[in-house]
Amino acid sequence: MITTSNLTKYFGALGAVQSVSFSVGKGEVFGLLGPNGAGKTTTIRMLTTLLAPSSGSASVGGYDVIADPLGVKRSIGVVPQTLNLDIDLTCAENLEYHGRLQRMKREDRTSRIEELLHFVGLREKKDMPVEHLSGGMRRRLLIARGLMHRPAVVFMDEPTVGLDPQARRMIWGLVESLKRNGITILITTHYIEEADALCDRVAIMRTGKIIALDRPVELKKSVGQFAVECLGRYDVPRQFFPARAEAIEAGRDLCTDVVVRDVTLEDVFISLTGERIEG
Amino acid sequence: MNFYPIFWKEMLLIRKKPWRFLASSMVMPVLYFVTFGWGLGRGMNVGGGRYLDFVLPGILALSAMNNSFGPVSTSLNISKLYTKTIEEVLVSPVSHWDIALGRTLTGLARGLFSALTLLVVGFASGVHLHLSFSFLAVLGLTAFCFGAAGVAAAMVARSHEDMANFNSFFIVPMSFLAGTFFSPDRMPEPFKSLILVYPLTHASLVLRALAAGSGPSLSSVLVLTAYSLFFFYLAGMMVKKAA
Repeated sequence: MITTSNLTKYFGALGAVQSVSFSVGKGEVFGLLGPNGAGKTTTIRMLTTLLAPSSGSASVGGYDVIADPLGVKRSIGVVPQTLNLDIDLTCAENLEYHGRLQRMKREDRTSRIEELLHFVGLREKKDMPVEHLSGGMRRRLLIARGLMHRPAVVFMDEPTVGLDPQARRMIWGLVESLKRNGITILITTHYIEEADALCDRVAIMRTGKIIALDRPVELKKSVGQFAVECLGRYDVPRQFFPARAEAIEAGRDLCTDVVVRDVTLEDVFISLTGERIEG
Repeated sequence: MNFYPIFWKEMLLIRKKPWRFLASSMVMPVLYFVTFGWGLGRGMNVGGGRYLDFVLPGILALSAMNNSFGPVSTSLNISKLYTKTIEEVLVSPVSHWDIALGRTLTGLARGLFSALTLLVVGFASGVHLHLSFSFLAVLGLTAFCFGAAGVAAAMVARSHEDMANFNSFFIVPMSFLAGTFFSPDRMPEPFKSLILVYPLTHASLVLRALAAGSGPSLSSVLVLTAYSLFFFYLAGMMVKKAA
């Protein structure tokens, strides 16, 4: 459903995205994980036709992003990082507007609005202006808007950024429901646990390049099963081991206050780059 | 063509706050009308007629310009730079011409509404002018012209300061110099020729001739039409560039 080949974007001399290649199959949830400035949003903006690539190629839903942008636009739903809803309009009016932009028929729009507001838990807020909604509710309405015209592919750019844990869990539940319905999703995030919980495969990005791409479990396996970390000691590097007993043994010699835990995707990032994924 | 949703949303926003829309549309033209028409112009004659009858067509053109260019450019610029609501349209299957047309028609509706409201105020104040379909059509063309200019300006401007510069160097000088309050014939050369470059000058000249019941200058109609087409083309191209 999504294919990129050596996709590249330069802003002047800055290579924001450099030779990025990946493909996403139908019904797959694919994650782009990396710190701010890694090139995740630039990649998504090229795939949604908001930015023209400097070189390389990409197609979404079988349509080339450069040769047939209207074809791409008909196939995709976009949940942007910015809460770009019209705050003077109600929840239903925002969805109605989107349905009109997508040339949906009146009866279809009406029933779809009811269905989606129920899906995202905002049916009671149907006629409430968006300016009175909380951040989490706005984010859920954005997801409803992105799904309004039943797109085959949905792009979600940092869908839970700035949300509290409860609201974040609610969004995760929505993404899992979409996944069960066979919708292809490309999600960008800098939250480790989000990529781990939601994505079938994850591409880890740093300074515009993909530095690792695999299933989360495989990525973690490549580092080791268990991590040993000294509490409060950032000068002592984390160490990784294939077995818990081995990790505990090594931890005893390492420092006084030690924690032994499962390896995370952040450990993968650290082992590849020597840096943490900062928010 | 899929411009209607864009126009529909803007009209919906106006319907939600009609009094704010009405007040913001009326403040400047009514101030001009009171100051230059009733205040300075009472008892004055121009070309054998009352100054009030002379100035109203110019203020109607001015009102159509201000209320199409201003709201269209401001809201689109904010949408592009701040709220990012334009991105919803840019990722939808809507062409750049549709976006330009939807926004320009919003300017037309706003400009025409404001001018017609002022026309009612003018008639209630005893102003005499010959109202015809051509008169209303030229008012509509004026609003379309500056609505399209507003779209182009908003898409070109990279900051709110850029937008303010469009107002300072394009709209404000035109408001005072483009024959709204006086006849361009009174100006010495080369200022007269300079004034004739402004599209608003031609809108005022055509409206003034139609209001007097005489035929307008064909060249002014053509200039205003050419400006409208040029600004609309520019608007479409600027939206395409942004998309």
